[in-house]
Parts: sequence; C-alpha cells; structure tokens
Amino acid sequence: MQLRINGELREVDADGDTPLLWVLRDDLGMTGTKYGCGLAQCGACSVMVDGTVTRSCVTPVDSVVDSAITTIEAIEQDETGKQVVEAWVRHQVPQCGYCQSGQVMAATALLKENSAPSLDDVRDAMVNLCRCGTYNAIHAAMLDLAGIDDTVNEADSGGVLISDYSTTAIVAGAAVAGGAAVAGAALYQRSKKAKTASQQDSHPEDESA
Amino acid sequence: MSIRMTRARSDQQRHFPTGEPTNISRRRFLLGSAGVAGGALVLGFGIPLGAPKAMAQSAPPPIQPTVPAFIEIRPDDTVRFLSPFMEGGQGVHTAMAQIVAEELDMDPSVFVVESAPAGKVFQVMQGGMRITGGSMSVRLTYDFMRRLGASARAMLLQAAAGRLGVAVDTLSTEPGVVLHKASGRSLRYGELAPSALDLPVPDQSTLKLKDPAQFRWIGQPVARLDVYEKSVGKAIYTIDCAVDDMLHAAVQHAPRLGQTIGTIRNEDQVNAMKGVHSIHRLDGAVAVVAQRWWHAKQAAEALLVDWRDPEPDPEQRYMPADFSSDAFLDSLAASTDAGEEAESEGDLAGAMDNASQTIEATYRSQYLHHAQLEPPSALARFNPDGTLDVWAPNQAPDMFQGDMARVAGLDPSQVTIHSPLLGGFFGRHFLYPSGNPYPQAIKLAKATGRPIKLIWSREEEFLRDPLRPIAAVRFRAGLDDKGMPVAIEAVSACEGPTEGIANKRGPSIDESALEGLTKKAYAIPNRRIAQHFVKNPVMLAYWRSVGNSMNDFFYETFLDEVADKGGIDPFELRLNLLRDNDRLTTLLRSVEELAGGWKRGPFTAADGTRRARGVAMASPFGSEAAAMAEVSLRDGEVVVHDVWEAIDPGSIVNPAIIEAQVNSAAALGLSQVLMEEAVYKEGEPVAHNYDLYQILRPDQMPRVHVKIVESGAQMGGIGEPPLPAVPPAVANAVSTLTGQRVRSMPLSRLTFES
Repeated sequence: MQLRINGELREVDADGDTPLLWVLRDDLGMTGTKYGCGLAQCGACSVMVDGTVTRSCVTPVDSVVDSAITTIEAIEQDETGKQVVEAWVRHQVPQCGYCQSGQVMAATALLKENSAPSLDDVRDAMVNLCRCGTYNAIHAAMLDLAGIDDTVNEADSGGVLISDYSTTAIVAGAAVAGGAAVAGAALYQRSKKAKTASQQDSHPEDESA
Repeated sequence: MSIRMTRARSDQQRHFPTGEPTNISRRRFLLGSAGVAGGALVLGFGIPLGAPKAMAQSAPPPIQPTVPAFIEIRPDDTVRFLSPFMEGGQGVHTAMAQIVAEELDMDPSVFVVESAPAGKVFQVMQGGMRITGGSMSVRLTYDFMRRLGASARAMLLQAAAGRLGVAVDTLSTEPGVVLHKASGRSLRYGELAPSALDLPVPDQSTLKLKDPAQFRWIGQPVARLDVYEKSVGKAIYTIDCAVDDMLHAAVQHAPRLGQTIGTIRNEDQVNAMKGVHSIHRLDGAVAVVAQRWWHAKQAAEALLVDWRDPEPDPEQRYMPADFSSDAFLDSLAASTDAGEEAESEGDLAGAMDNASQTIEATYRSQYLHHAQLEPPSALARFNPDGTLDVWAPNQAPDMFQGDMARVAGLDPSQVTIHSPLLGGFFGRHFLYPSGNPYPQAIKLAKATGRPIKLIWSREEEFLRDPLRPIAAVRFRAGLDDKGMPVAIEAVSACEGPTEGIANKRGPSIDESALEGLTKKAYAIPNRRIAQHFVKNPVMLAYWRSVGNSMNDFFYETFLDEVADKGGIDPFELRLNLLRDNDRLTTLLRSVEELAGGWKRGPFTAADGTRRARGVAMASPFGSEAAAMAEVSLRDGEVVVHDVWEAIDPGSIVNPAIIEAQVNSAAALGLSQVLMEEAVYKEGEPVAHNYDLYQILRPDQMPRVHVKIVESGAQMGGIGEPPLPAVPPAVANAVSTLTGQRVRSMPLSRLTFES
C-alpha cells in the first residue's frame, strides 16, 4: 500500500492491521515517533493525520492510506511546527526527551487548529504523559506560543497548569561567549552564602562510604 | 540511587593510579567506534581522586591506565567529548561540557557529547568506579573535569608558544583562541590541536585552575546541548538502534517470577504465524523472533505456555501464587521485632520512661515502578571475528560489559557496549537479575546467528521491572513537659534494595534500606533506628532517591504527628530542633520566604477553596532540601496547588538544570504520594500498563517554585535530592486540611471528606 507521509508517497508492505507506529519505525526507519505503551495511554507515538493529533500505536495502517500523515521528522517544514520547536528550545523543555516528539506533535496540532488557544484549550490538548515531569516547562512554552500572559493568572483554580516560569529564554552557551550568561529573571531564585575557595580545592567524597 | 561500595572501594584504593597525567600518543588510543579525526587533540589522564593517605601508605605500583581519551578538538573548532556518565534527562552531558569548557576556555555550545565506551580510563569516580547514579556524577568528578580542561588548555598554549616563537607566559586565551597580545597574533584551538597533541600533559601539581570568581560558564544557566535534537525526534535511544540483517524479537515472560517453561501448547501454530522466524525457550520467558517486531509481539502474546512452579530453592527469588502486596504490607506492619540497630544515641528506654507523653504510630509505603517512558530493549550482534556488540540502556557500562561477556561466554574485551541516550531511567538501568533484556537478546543472537533487536513491550516490562521496596515503619516518640521530642525510635520492616539486588544480606545493615530514617539532623538526643529484615518475593530496585524516597515520608510525617501531640507548630518544631544548625535553619527560612511565609491553615484561598500547607525536609545524597506544599480537596481527591522547594547542594554548576531537576523530582515525588502503586494480587501485578498504573498527569502538576541556596558546603547531588521532601510536605498538608492523619502512600487509597 501507499502512504502519504510528510508530503511524500511511500510504498509499504505491511499487514493492514499493523499499527502505523510500527510501519513508521520498522518499515520506514522513522524512529522519531516513539513507542511507550501501545495502548494510547501515554502519547509518545503522536503523529498528525490530516492535521489531527493521532496516537499511531493504535492506528491500523490501512485506516490512513488516504490521509496526509505528518511525523516529527517533518515538523520544521511546517511553520507552526517550527515555532513550537523554537519554543521548546527557548524554554529548554526536554529532559530525557523520549516523550517530546509526541508533545511537540500535540502542541503543533493544537496551534494549527487554533493559533490563540485558551488555558483550557491548552490543558485539554496537552495530555501526553512525561515521566521526567517537564509539564511546567511545556506549559510555559505553550503560554508563550499562545500569547497568554501568565502574570494575569496569578489566582489559580487548583491543579491547573499555570507556570511561574519566565518566558525569558535561557541564554545559550553560544551567545554568552565573552560575556556572562543571563538567566530568565523569574526562573528560580538563587542565593549564595559564600562564594568559596572550597570550589577551588573541593574533594567531594563518596557519600556512600 | 545509591550504591554502597565500601568494600569495593577499599579494594580499588589499592589500585589507585597516581593521578599523574599520561603522555598520550596518537597511535595508542582509540576514541570510541568512530575513531579520531586526523589532527585532533586528545587528552586524558589518570584518576587523581584517591585518598592521599591510602596512596601514601599502600604505595602500590600505579596503574598506567589504558590510554584515556575524553576530548577531541577538531579542525573546525568543535569538541567531541566522551562522557563517563549517561544522559537520561538529568543534564549531565551538558554539565560535563560546562565544567571542562570552563577550564579549557572554549564555549560549551561547541561540544558534542557522547557516552564513553567501557574501559578503565573512564572510571573516574572516586574509588575508580563508573556508574551514573547516586546523584554522584558532577560532585565526584568536578575536580577531575576541571583539570582535564585546564590540562588541554595548557597544552594548546604550549603548542602556540612553539608556533609563534614566543614564551608561553606571554600568551593568553579567549574562548577557542590563543592570543599573543604583544604582536596581535592569534591561533584557533582547531588549528593548534595537531601540534598540541604530542606535547607532555602538564604536571598536575603546577596546573593552575581558574579562580571561581572568574568563571564564565560554571554557575550559569548554560543551555542544554541536547534540547534541539530531542525536540525534533532526532535523539537516538536504544530502542531506535538498528543494524543490517537484524531480526526483531519479543518475549512472553512467566507471569510469576521464578516460574519455568512447561509445555507450549500451540508452538506449531505460532511458528506458522506470519513473519515468525523462530521460537526460543529462555529462562522464565519464551521468545519469538520475527522479521518485524509487531509480528514478534503478536506471536509472543499468542503463545499458550504452561508455566511451572520451581522446586523450593532459598537462593531463587520466587513469586508464590498467593502473594498479595496488601497482605504482605499488613504482615510488615504487624511486626513487633526489635530489629537490628543501624543508629543508636543516648538512652532511648530511659528517655521513654521519663517522657511526659509518648506517641506510637506505624507508617507504610508501596511498591513502585520506574515507569520510564522508553521500554527496555537491547540489540545484540555477534561479529564474524567472534566479538559481540550490544546496544543497551545502562547506568554502568563496565558492569554491563562484564555480565554480557559472562552471558555470551566471551572475555569482556571481546564485548563492545554501546550506550545510547536513556529514555528516562530513575534507577531502572542497573544490573538487575531478570530485569534487563540484554541476556535474552544475546542468547537469541547466538541461537539465530543473526543480530537481534529485542524490545520488551510495556506489559512485559511491568512484569519484570524491579520495584522500589515497601516498608512498614513502627515509630515511638517521647516528649518532654514542653511538648518537645526527646526520644524517637523507628523500626522499619523491609528489605533494602542493595541487599535485595544482591539477594543476600551484607555484613552490615543495608544503608539504602534506612537512609532518611538514619542521619536526620534534628536534635533529638535519644534515638534508635533499626531494621527488621523481611525478604520480598518481588525483585527490588533502586528508584530515584532510593531509601530516602519513602523514609523521609515516614519520618517527616511522623514528626508532624509528634508536633501535634506536643501542641507545637510543625514548622516551629523543626526550627527548634535545628536551632544549632545554621545551614538547615537558613534552608528552612529560605523555603519559608519563597512561599511567602509559613501558613499552616486550614485557610480559605481567594478562590474559595479550603487549603492547608505542609512542610518537610530531607538530607539526601549530599544535599539538603526543604519543601512546602499547598493542597485542597476536590471531589474527595487531593489537589496540590504549589510546591516550594529550597535546595542547598553546597555549590552548583548549572542553575537552570537544577531548576529542571527540582521540577522533575517534585513530579515523581508527587506521583508517588498521590497515586502510584504497583499492587500484586494472587502473585501477579494488577497493572500491566499505564491504564491501571497511574502516574502524574499534566493537569495534576502544581506550580513548582525553586530556590537554590549555595551555602558553600561540599558539593552535593541534584538528580535525586529534591524528591524526598515533597511527599511528606504534601501528606502533612493533607493531614492538616482534613484532620485525618496520613500514614501511608498513595493518598488515592484513602477516603477524604470534601
């Protein structure tokens, strides 16, 4: 059968009931889309099918033969996707990174449908699991992309994601050569009691001894 | 996680290298599988972290390590750096680059960091070991990495002096460039690298490190090096690896640990399923090899296997058919055993007898999965020359290489281990008996004569993921006439992870069983902390912050109970008990300030909800942490609105990574206290996937406010230390809000009146 993936027609030889995820990963070598649960529970396998975010681990490949499939590999070919990636980098979202292909796909699908989503829209769309707990960073990136000023959301409604993150980007190493790096103003507080010579001659010892 | 290496370390101390740098010949090193670009500078040296005393006394012949190679400066002025530590989200690759770059005087953003292969040269932690765990990577190699960078810089300066025909002390550097200010001439590191290569590494005793006041990158929120690749799906994990001619494999594990294969009732039918290459009997598992993983998985699931229970064998960990984790926990909680003492101070019995009031309570925890998003996998390939290549998630490549060699019947030198990025770990990827897929992949590759890529489905992973231990802790405390605690006893009925993994008790109590009950900083003069060892039928593991992950919950929630018994505010009680401890008093005041003051409640918030706050502290992995949490109830469920956490790791490398790690550890701590539990009924786990094994969802994540306190104390860890204070802070808030004492996790098991 033929699949239209990232604007290209790809010939695949797979059983019709094979999940799209495994056709992408094993037949086409497109490993950016991840396997996490196989049950549409975690969202690591999210792709876009005709613009709709779809969990490819439970999507039979024969159900998408007439559709336009977009995967993380082509995310930057899409203007919205490119902006999402830039926001992810600006907010330093990923930790282990394994769920982030799916997170970026979910964010892109939302923003392509609604370029100015509300907080509720963001909450309803960004439901993928992240075991590293990057949820606040994701939320900060989403507010940035949605143009929502988080300072107006000081009063929360409980458990709803409202981030304290500054939208100020962390200055990349490249940008600080020759100068001091600048942290996002509200990213964290830091106090230093003693700038210390112990940094110079510290001999950390194995605390397990 | 925590590795107890006391004995191993003393063995290692006898073999400490001198720490003298090694003069490196280009012809003698092999930098990973890709080799070294021509004209590159490669630098490495021996391990200088040993205790001077041990070295002076034992005076063994110093090991000249196989030539090490960490840094490659390429002609295009980029740096390839081989990290001894695995990147799994904790930011260690960036931190390593940042430390080396500081002394090398080169922008860390030009670093390309990869996980180093196995080999003695990369065993740079104190004691000559190499694991990614125990929040040890940065704090145990900070000095080493600085000197690595400084040595490379000195060699570049020396080379430049030769090239320019000037004295070396007339030269200086700016990032990536050597300058001769007098003549205005300069040379790029990339063009100097070839001539710097054969120069001697400078004498370490004369090596001048930067004054920390001059740091350009250390201490700054330098951007992580892997964020872009991880945002566009280009980061490579083990599960993404492929080699030519490989076959895919899936397994069906025995439903209960220790069971063996009886008959396979439909072997012929499964063999005939589409794509199936072959069926294999392994230890406690049947594997199907196929052209595609999807076919292998379907076939493995279709197998009808009669599993047999093993003969009784005390050496073998075995899950009985009637095992119930709830009943097991009940039995732990019913223990009256006095236990073996791990910590004893003062006169507990006398203090209890003389106390004005006493209080007793028993606290409980739950089994937990690591539940990292990347299911474990392994790719094994035997090469024509008989050697073996294995790609596998791991936190300790040398230990894995050794075990891979054992499984394959090879010498470790014949095994090349590849360590791709980890799709989360949290302690998942140590050597766990029956807990890693690589032995199966190696056996299948041997049996089929083809490279095998084996993936454990999420369901098969949750059958063999070794679990965070459970414990029931029996507390007693005695209070004086002012309501202050003067005596405390904790007896934990449990099996520690270290003794669990070893499958035997060590010569002394497993510290990882009791850490967080022991060594608390509070000034309670009469103390007794003990363990009643009870073996578990499940396989146990290290889980982010190890013993502290539950023991600080027990202790800090009981401390609130003690405070209430004595009629003292729990925040004031902690301040009082820490009155002679400046560092922790500062920390507690810091979290108070971060939270806008201590406000226990219950109180009514602006949105009309009833709320309360809790506070808790922990001293894990060389760092200090204090957390506050604010909670309410919604439809009987606990909602966490805010977590404030102050953390003091002594001194820091990257505050942005610390901030991310506090968020991450808080999320895992919240997940643990709110909803997570691996429940066993009739010998089998109830949950096989995320549908029934609930982890923290995005809409359950509170705001997390972070304050980093740099006290200047010895550098501590960061990956694990922010976790342990969070669960008790939440539980204490819930106890205050509901008037109902929380003595167990997860809170989802409890019923609260809204």
